[in-house]
Amino acid sequence: MAEAKSSPASEPTRRDMLFLATGAMGAAGVVALAVPFVRTLAPNAQTIAAGAPIEVDLTPIPEGQGIKLFWRGKLIFVRSRTKAEIEEAQKVNLASLPDPQADSARVKPGKENWLVIYGSCTHLGCIPGGSAAGEVRGDYNGWFCPCHGSHYDTSGRIRKGPAPTNLPVPPYAFLSDTKIRIG
Amino acid sequence: MSGPSSYVPKLGIAKWLDARLPLPRLMYDSFIAYPVPRNLNYFWTFGGILMLMLVSQILTGVILAMHYTPHATLAFTSVEGIMRDVEYGWLMRYMHANGASMFFIAVYIHIFRGLYYGSYKAPREVLWILGVIIFLLMMATAFMGYVLPWGQMSFWGATVITNLFSAFPIVGETIVTFLWGGYSVDNPTLTRFFSLHFLLPFMIFGVVILHVWALHVTGQNNPTGVEVKAVAKDTIPFTPYATIKDAFALVLFFAFFAYFLFFIPNYLGHADNYIPANPAVTPAHIVPEWYFLPFYAILRAVPDKLGGVLLMFAAIAVLVVLPWLDTSKVKSMSYRPLARQCFWAFAVTCVMLGWLGSRPAEGIYVTLSQLFTALYFAYFLIALPLLGLFETPKKLPGSIAESVLGKMKGGSGAVVGAAASAEPNTKG
Ligand code: HEM
Ligand code: FES
Repeated sequence: MAEAKSSPASEPTRRDMLFLATGAMGAAGVVALAVPFVRTLAPNAQTIAAGAPIEVDLTPIPEGQGIKLFWRGKLIFVRSRTKAEIEEAQKVNLASLPDPQADSARVKPGKENWLVIYGSCTHLGCIPGGSAAGEVRGDYNGWFCPCHGSHYDTSGRIRKGPAPTNLPVPPYAFLSDTKIRIG
Repeated sequence: MSGPSSYVPKLGIAKWLDARLPLPRLMYDSFIAYPVPRNLNYFWTFGGILMLMLVSQILTGVILAMHYTPHATLAFTSVEGIMRDVEYGWLMRYMHANGASMFFIAVYIHIFRGLYYGSYKAPREVLWILGVIIFLLMMATAFMGYVLPWGQMSFWGATVITNLFSAFPIVGETIVTFLWGGYSVDNPTLTRFFSLHFLLPFMIFGVVILHVWALHVTGQNNPTGVEVKAVAKDTIPFTPYATIKDAFALVLFFAFFAYFLFFIPNYLGHADNYIPANPAVTPAHIVPEWYFLPFYAILRAVPDKLGGVLLMFAAIAVLVVLPWLDTSKVKSMSYRPLARQCFWAFAVTCVMLGWLGSRPAEGIYVTLSQLFTALYFAYFLIALPLLGLFETPKKLPGSIAESVLGKMKGGSGAVVGAAASAEPNTKG
């Protein structure tokens, strides 16, 4: 910079002062402006509002089968589990799981026959098959993701394949024996 | 490479303009008088082909954008409208969709040309890195373009690829939400992808200009890898020699393009993309477009989500540092007996990875993907760094002229290894 020549005593000049002040102001301005630009990419008010809670009637779901529904743009599985499926889910040795979680932590007490989970594979977001009768359910009788071969068990826990975590449980509550509210 | 400008404006108006904005001079020096090595082969015509493919994509893209509706409920129908209702709409769309594939065929040949003849080595590192940036921008553009018709493959391709970013710890989920503008791939995702798909090709255009600028500073490499020593002996003017060769290759390439366009326009696509996007059902077998397959295979070779994503990005990042990984001073593989075999093994590796990327990720395919992923990286991280130290290269020709005309006429009798001594260059 110029100061080496213009002020041999290397004393800051007024131009240095101006340079620093302008630079700092400019940098602060760029950062302040970047924030609104990036914020525009976030989910907008309408998308967030579409996340209002929904109620689901469970009566039409036959035992051993499930339904799919959307909440907040995300797919949710609701499955009516058979006795055998519940037992299978409960007696697993937790230490053997990639993402250890007891079945009891994934269902509501006394309502073990209802499993409510997000339906997007935790690997890269495909929809695992196994909800409807006749779909491939994988090695653990739950769900199977065709994209890269993740196997989920009857509790929606990852057992085999590239997916890192279990299918998460969305926030929901039982309103009555046959009705839940998601959200 | 090009010395002082030899442009002499003849017309009065040309003189007038030359004193104010020497654009004709720039064109003359870059595309008429520009000296090119006299021994270039047809692999050097792909740069020009790429330039025209970019123009073709922009022309057809601008037309498509006039008839296309970027909305989740209308996009698919509007593309079908282009195919059925717009006059020659089918031609524009097929040119654009197949054009993307042709663009990638050309760029892969162009890249492998550079790998074989050592065009990434000094003094062309910046030129090479600009090329890698263009390649990255092309991949981003093609990925987002493929989302626009909003078919099943569009939707699930977008879902899988955007979800890659969720692998990053802590910030991953936020990044993905900001990419989507929601909680899943949906209308906000489509509209922002459309906007970016429109913008990126023009950014590519900008980087191409830098790429050509860098090329005209260092000059072209050539099949011997020996730098130009005497412009008068080793080079010929761009026009007419390179112009006609480029034009001829271009016509052949477009004939190849036309075959796909008019006879098998859907051969490189996926039938599933003619089914409208359905967020509740994933197609049984989702695969990306062919040009992404090798990288997809690397992604799936790793059983760990984050590991797979990192390795996939590393597969491209390694190209950026390649100029410093290859320790040999000899550029052209024609003079490197061992490296040359490794190069061909590498080429086969890439094809195998491409094939594996199209197979389901199970059983033997996973094992093979891992093997070939290891070989892919071994080429850059083991073979090239070590070979430069151990390999004895063949004797290089003394000059480009000597390699073409024989020792008598061109002979300057330079020794092996002189390849690295580039002629000092002045301006672009
Ligand atoms: C680097 C250059 C480009 C590449 C590699 C590229 C690639 C693609 C691809 C692969 C598709 C999907 C085609 C399909 O399967 O239907 C597509 C669609 C589209 N592109 Fe591009 N594109 C480029 C430039 C452009 C430009 C410059 C525009 C606009 C100015 C544009 C506008 C569109 C539109 C409107 C669509 C949707 C219609 C359709 O699917 O055919 N593209 N692009
Ligand atoms: S998305 Fe389900 S296994 Fe990859």
